[in-house]
Formats: sequence, C-alpha cells, structure tokens
Amino acid sequence: MPHTLLHLIEIQKTYGEGDNAVRALQNVSLTVNQGEFVAIMGASGSGKSTLMNLIGCLDKPDAGQYVLAGQNVSALDAAALADIRNQFIGFVFQNFNLLPRTSALENVELPLVYAGIGADERRARATKALTAVGLASRLHHHPNQLSGGQQQRVAIARAIVGAPRVILADEPTGALDSQTSVETMQLFQKLWQEGISVILVTHEHDVAAYAERLITMRDGRVASDHRQQPQGATQGGQHV
Amino acid sequence: MSGWQTIRIALKALLRNTMRSFLTVLGVIIGVGAVIAMVAVGEGAKAQVNAQFSAMGSNLMMLFPGSSSMRGARGAAGSAASLTWDDLNAIRREVPSVKLAAAQLRASSQVMAQDQNWATTITGTSPELFMIRNWTIEQGRFFTEGDVDSASAVAVVGATVIERLFGLNLDPVGQTIIIRNVPFEVIGTLKSKGQSSIGQDHDDNIFIPQTTFQRKIKGASRGILAGFVSIQTHSEADLPRAEKEITTLLRQRHRLGPDAENDFSLANLTEYAQARQEGTKTFTLLLASIAAVSLVVGGIGIMNIMLVSVTERTREIGLRMAIGARPAHILLQFLVEAVVLSLIGGLVGLTVGVAVGWQLGQQFGWPITFSPALMMMAVGFSAVVGVAFGLYPALKASKLNPIDALRFE
Repeated sequence: MPHTLLHLIEIQKTYGEGDNAVRALQNVSLTVNQGEFVAIMGASGSGKSTLMNLIGCLDKPDAGQYVLAGQNVSALDAAALADIRNQFIGFVFQNFNLLPRTSALENVELPLVYAGIGADERRARATKALTAVGLASRLHHHPNQLSGGQQQRVAIARAIVGAPRVILADEPTGALDSQTSVETMQLFQKLWQEGISVILVTHEHDVAAYAERLITMRDGRVASDHRQQPQGATQGGQHV
Repeated sequence: MSGWQTIRIALKALLRNTMRSFLTVLGVIIGVGAVIAMVAVGEGAKAQVNAQFSAMGSNLMMLFPGSSSMRGARGAAGSAASLTWDDLNAIRREVPSVKLAAAQLRASSQVMAQDQNWATTITGTSPELFMIRNWTIEQGRFFTEGDVDSASAVAVVGATVIERLFGLNLDPVGQTIIIRNVPFEVIGTLKSKGQSSIGQDHDDNIFIPQTTFQRKIKGASRGILAGFVSIQTHSEADLPRAEKEITTLLRQRHRLGPDAENDFSLANLTEYAQARQEGTKTFTLLLASIAAVSLVVGGIGIMNIMLVSVTERTREIGLRMAIGARPAHILLQFLVEAVVLSLIGGLVGLTVGVAVGWQLGQQFGWPITFSPALMMMAVGFSAVVGVAFGLYPALKASKLNPIDALRFE
C-alpha cells in the first residue's frame, strides 16, 4: 500500500464576485501517492493552474480540505504556508525565475537560507544538487552565462536541494527548444526514478507522455485521470 | 535566517545596482553632511560669542552719565556732565556687591611714532580696568596707581596700534609715541583679544592714566567724570542688586526727587551677552533644522527608489516566497536594504560634513566646532530615516501575493 503524498477533498475555488465570478475549481477531489509522476493537462481556463497553486500552497481553497504529507494545510496563515513550501515542495517554473547576477550555487542555496541552514552545509548541499543535475562545472556561473536548458537545470537543482516530498513543475519546457525539452524531461524522470514525486502542469502531450499518470482538467473539474506507460522510462518509479 | 545573512543579501542587492544605490544615497549624504557642517558652523559661532563674552569681562555693568537737555532737545546718553569722581569713589566705598570700578575717558586721536602714524582711541583709566576687562600683558607692564597719582606720561598699547606704528619686528617697550604733541613712553603692550561682538577691534586702543588724560588730552570741569564707568560685581547674581544699590546711591547723591528721571544710566552687559548667546543658539537651531529638512528629502529619495526596487523585483519576491520566505523575511530584507543605504549615506555624509565644515572654516575664517555627540546623532538619525522611509516599501513587498508576484511581467 503506497503512502499518500497529498489529498484534496471537495476543493472549491472561485475568483471574482457576483456576475464576474469564475468558478476555477468545482468540487475537485484528488489523491497523489508518494513517488508518483503526475502530469496535469487541460486547456487554458480549465483550472489546472489554480489546482497547481493550491497544491503548491501558494493559494488557499474557498472550501474543502487539503492534506499535504499528513498535515491539513487549508487553514494555515502566510508564514506557516511559507514554511510548508520550504520544507515539502520544490518549484520549477516556465521562466526559471533565477536571481540575476547571482551565481548558480547561490541561487540553489536560497531555499536553505530560508530553512535556516548554516553556510557550510548550504554550500555542500547546493554543490551536490548541482552535481546531480550535471552542472558541477558551472557552480559559479551567473544565469546570463548559462543556456536556457542549463538555467532550467539550476532551477531544478534549487527545487531538489531541500529534499522536498514533491517537485511542482509549471510548464517547465515552455521556454526551451525541443532538444533541451527532452533532456529536461529525462532529468525529471531520473529524479522520479530516484524516488521524488513529480507533479507537472503542461499543455503539451509530448511532455505529459513522460509521466506515469495523466490528469486532464476541464471547466474546473477533473475530466479524466488514468495511468499510462511513461515514455522512455526503462523501468517504473520506485514506489515506496 | 541570521541577521548577518540578511545584511549580506541586502548588500548584494544594492551592489547589483551600484550607480542607482549611489544616487539614492546621495540625498542622505547631502542631508547628513549639511547637518554636520551647519551645526559645526553654528557651534563655532557660539564658541566665538563665549570667547567674546570672556574678553569683555564677566559680571560687567556700565555706568553712563545722563543725557543733556537743551531747550527741550535731548542729547545722547552720556552727553550730560552728571557723573563726578566723587560718585565713583562713593560706589567703590559704599556698594559692597561692587568688586571693581574704573572710569574710562575716551578720545580719538592721531598717534605718531617715528615715521608712522595711526588714528586710534585713547582711553584714560585706572589700573582696575585691566582686571575688569581681562587684559593680559604681552610685553612690559600695566601702569600703576602710582602712575595715576603722578599723572605719568606712560601708555599701555593694544596689539593693532603696535603693529601699525612699529611693525612686527621692533620691540616697542621703551619707545616714545606722540599723542596730541605730548610724548608718551610705551611701558607695556597688550595681548590681542580680536574683534568684539559688534566688529570693533579690541586691540585698536591706547590706555593711559586718567589723570594724564585730563591734563594732556582732554580736560573737564573740576570734579566731573567726563566719560563712563565699568563696574564689576563679585558674581553674576550680584548684578541686579548692584544695579539697584548704585541707582539708589546716585539718586541720593544727585538729590533727585521721587518724580525725577535718573540723570545716569546703567547697562548690564552680561545680560546683553547672554541674549547674544541665546541668539547663536537659535541660529544653530535654524541651520540644523534646514539641514534636517534636506535629510528628510534624502529619506523620501530612499523611499522612492525602494518602491521602484520592489516593483522591479516583484518576480524575485514571488520566487523567494514560493521557496519558503515568510512575509517577515521579505519585510526585513527590504527594510535592511533601506537602512543599509541610509547608514552608508550617514557615514559618508559624516565625512563630507566634517570636510565641508573644515573647508568653510578655512575659507571664511569662521570658527568651527565639531561635537562628537552630534555626529553620532546625525548618523543614528540617518538610520532612523532608513527605517521610517523604508517601512512602507518593505510592507508593500511583504504583502504581495506570491502567485501574482510570480506572474508579474
């Protein structure tokens, strides 16, 4: 029996008020287990970004419960949510969101700074994370000295450096060419095979194909949710 | 997250935009620099007034004869011949709060020595005056009671007159000067006191015995003291009492009826000096407040740039929040940035202020006084400016919604 990573129960989220109200999520219930590689697809306006923000503890539901790693996080305040994000979640964004004029190493260290970890340990763990994504030789490069694919790998190193339970990737290949997209997705697959859960939002079928579970959103509801054979994977993820 | 870590993040953010950080800080540099330089000038002026105060002599009162009245037209104070030498002796004898009193008879005259001449003030007086007015001897000696009694033709000469008549090289003691065709022997020269509060040169003076003055320079009716009297009391607290006692004594001696006006006037110079001290205090305060306004303007500059910086770094703020920065972390980061900016400005401003103040002193010959307490206050105040004007931008940053911040273009 696999461990539950997160549990969404009857989540509702509405933006705006009165006639302009948009019901972004309508009674969404969802469970993701530890070690899963999930792709969330859907047209724009389908609610997939809202879902991602809620899962990432960047936003709070209007109604329903959200349990992450055994904690009910639906009612926490901003500071407590920040701690939850720091401890359990690693973010990867479409536009990388690296700090400019700051070395790869320091970018990767950033989550550990907010976790209150000392300088020596930060440096060691950031170096290890950058080595894991194949950038051991680029520790002191600034983002503008790195290619798009390398920048996204720095961002992935930043996502994994705090040993989170789950990586949330929002259109991670949106700003990359097809070759680096493939490399980036293979990196996610490698991390997944090493045991990290990955949740990915995309509108590209090629990208979603790397996941083992595909959730499709439509009009604020889960339209379909099924397992698939992940593309290119030599073996399944190590389900704990 | 440690305090040092926060400061390092702030410094790094500021160094990413060196030119802009410098321009932002410039306002505070000018503000703090202005406070320091202006107050140094003000304090210097105060010190100068204090020095003048002590040059004038302390616990000092002046007694003038009354004004003469001729067919209804009233003359100036001191124009009447209402004071007598007996009045002076009575004051010395009968008013216990009076420590010293000396007559001063004055005349302007051309003075000659060798091939030089110079127009100056001749004062006939008694040796008490040197004590009342805090004069010190540079060379030679003061004249004595003996010189007064024998009406000797001796002169004690101020530094300016010496310089004009003898230049700087010759030893003037023992030389002869000629005043109104009468030869006087220079027996002493006075240490320089500089200018008085109203710009008069204290050192442009020649002092001779009062008896000699009356016989050789300017005569007066028998018994009449044709000048004024400097009076020193034992302490400042004695001044009002002495004023009252002298008034009573002189009214009695002059046989003035209850309705008659005083035929003399008393001026309390110490009060006047204190009023001037108050004046310089106000002056310092005025300079300091003008400078403080520029410090506030500097603070507004910091707020402006911090607001720009928050907007510009919205995505960065969103990212920091996403990876675990609490609102308090963001608040602190921007607040520390503002304080670091203003503190750097304060320290540089301190240096600039000292340099400018010193330069002003050199350029215009102003006395300059730097007070360490004030310097610390100015730098501390710049930090307060950083907090005050950094708070709003920092609060704005910390209240951003991470989702909107991350999506910000």
